Amino acid sequence: MLLIECPYCGERDETEFSYAGEAHIARPLETEKLNDAEWADYLFMRKNPKGAHREQWLHAAGCRRYFNAERDTVNYKVKSTYKIGEQS
Amino acid sequence: MSKYSIFSLARNAMSYHQNWAAAWRSPEPKQQYDAIIIGGGGHGLATAYYMAKEHGMTNIAVLEKGWIGGGNTGRNTTIVRSNYLWDESAHLYEKSMKLWEGLSQDLNYNVMFSQRGVYNLGHTLQDMRDIQRRVNANRLNGIDGHVVSAQEIKAAIPHINIDQGCRYPILGASFQPRGGVARHDAVAWGFARGADRRGVDIIQNCEVTSILQENGMVTGVETSRGKIMAPKVGVVVAGHCSVLADMAGFRMPIESHPLQALVSEPIKPILDTVVMSNAVHGYVSQSDKGDLVIGAGIDSYNGYGQRGSFSGIEHTVSAIVELFPIFSRVRMNRQWGGIVDTAPDACPIIGNTPVKGLYFNCGWGTGGFKATPGSGWVFAHNVATGEPHELNRPFALDRFVTGHLIDEHGAAGVAH
Repeated sequence: MLLIECPYCGERDETEFSYAGEAHIARPLETEKLNDAEWADYLFMRKNPKGAHREQWLHAAGCRRYFNAERDTVNYKVKSTYKIGEQS
Repeated sequence: MSKYSIFSLARNAMSYHQNWAAAWRSPEPKQQYDAIIIGGGGHGLATAYYMAKEHGMTNIAVLEKGWIGGGNTGRNTTIVRSNYLWDESAHLYEKSMKLWEGLSQDLNYNVMFSQRGVYNLGHTLQDMRDIQRRVNANRLNGIDGHVVSAQEIKAAIPHINIDQGCRYPILGASFQPRGGVARHDAVAWGFARGADRRGVDIIQNCEVTSILQENGMVTGVETSRGKIMAPKVGVVVAGHCSVLADMAGFRMPIESHPLQALVSEPIKPILDTVVMSNAVHGYVSQSDKGDLVIGAGIDSYNGYGQRGSFSGIEHTVSAIVELFPIFSRVRMNRQWGGIVDTAPDACPIIGNTPVKGLYFNCGWGTGGFKATPGSGWVFAHNVATGEPHELNRPFALDRFVTGHLIDEHGAAGVAH
């Protein structure tokens, strides 16, 4: 990893960033209708794949904006980064 | 297989130690077992050992994709303690501590368990209040421990820096005298030998590729060495538990992270206890060889790579040098990473799963080594009887649905 490309600022040292977990987890609509298992799935269950992983990063010591990245969890290479709301 | 004793040592000395028998067999996998344990680390081998010893189940296979003890069992910093805050975890880790205390005799294998004490340092007033609360909770649960002042720490550990002018001054600590360290490889080998002597097949280089089910019941596993059938399958694979859960068709609340450790060149005896600090995130002890064994924190991102970031090492080493300025010029010999399976409440998941006959023991995160015998003991009960033991019942997977989390994060001196 070492370098991560922020979609706003360009390539920066990995220590400028903080990790913000799995991406594309949408908060369920109509939450009053969810049962406990569905809540648990949203709150706690994670894909945690071995290989390609879509995840959120925060450029904490830079522009302070969140963005998404596709990264390999075995060799840690960042394949692409893209803004929140965009598709990679 | 012969018992290890002073006589076997003397007998083998006659032949220059050339004729020791292998400590365990390397059998070909059978087609059918009564139970399969996936994962030949300390916890998996301990599970098989206690299933054979306590529950009379000997037709068991332990399947390991690499070599036994080559994962987190051989990659941790070997610290053993049981000073956890909440009743559920205190009881579980204390069970483990009691097993540690008789483990070498029980296994007839020297696991080099050394109760040299563990200090958990406090650096702020809030740290000290938490430490007092935790020590009180421990004592109510029958776990030894007391609060010590910075001066008492200095008297016991002359090289520690208790200067009050530094960024994170040491204000005091909790001390658990029965805590200590054990030789991690010996723990894996001792359990492997003990299980093998009771008839358990330990099958290395055998990777599970799918979990076979019929009508919601587990029937066996597909492996790199063929199909192996069993009505009970226990999964003890630490960082890879999400991968195995995915094969079985359900989700886990686990994320796998790299956790690093490093050892220095061997030096003369300088530290005869274990020092851990949550706040600055470093922990250190000295092995019998003389290396300083240093543990770092996890990297925040998910990773299966068995290596971590340079910034993680830098962070830890700077903490260690602040605690022990005398170590500043010690050279580091080796550095490595393991994959730890962290749960949202920093507690393990041990018990039944949505698939009948399939049991998971995972989520030990950064602190599984200390639990090795206790984890195996309760999980053996769970796999053998199909029902959780009272000690692991609170750690069921469904606690994430019911909301009965056991929030040990930050509360229990959770460095590792």
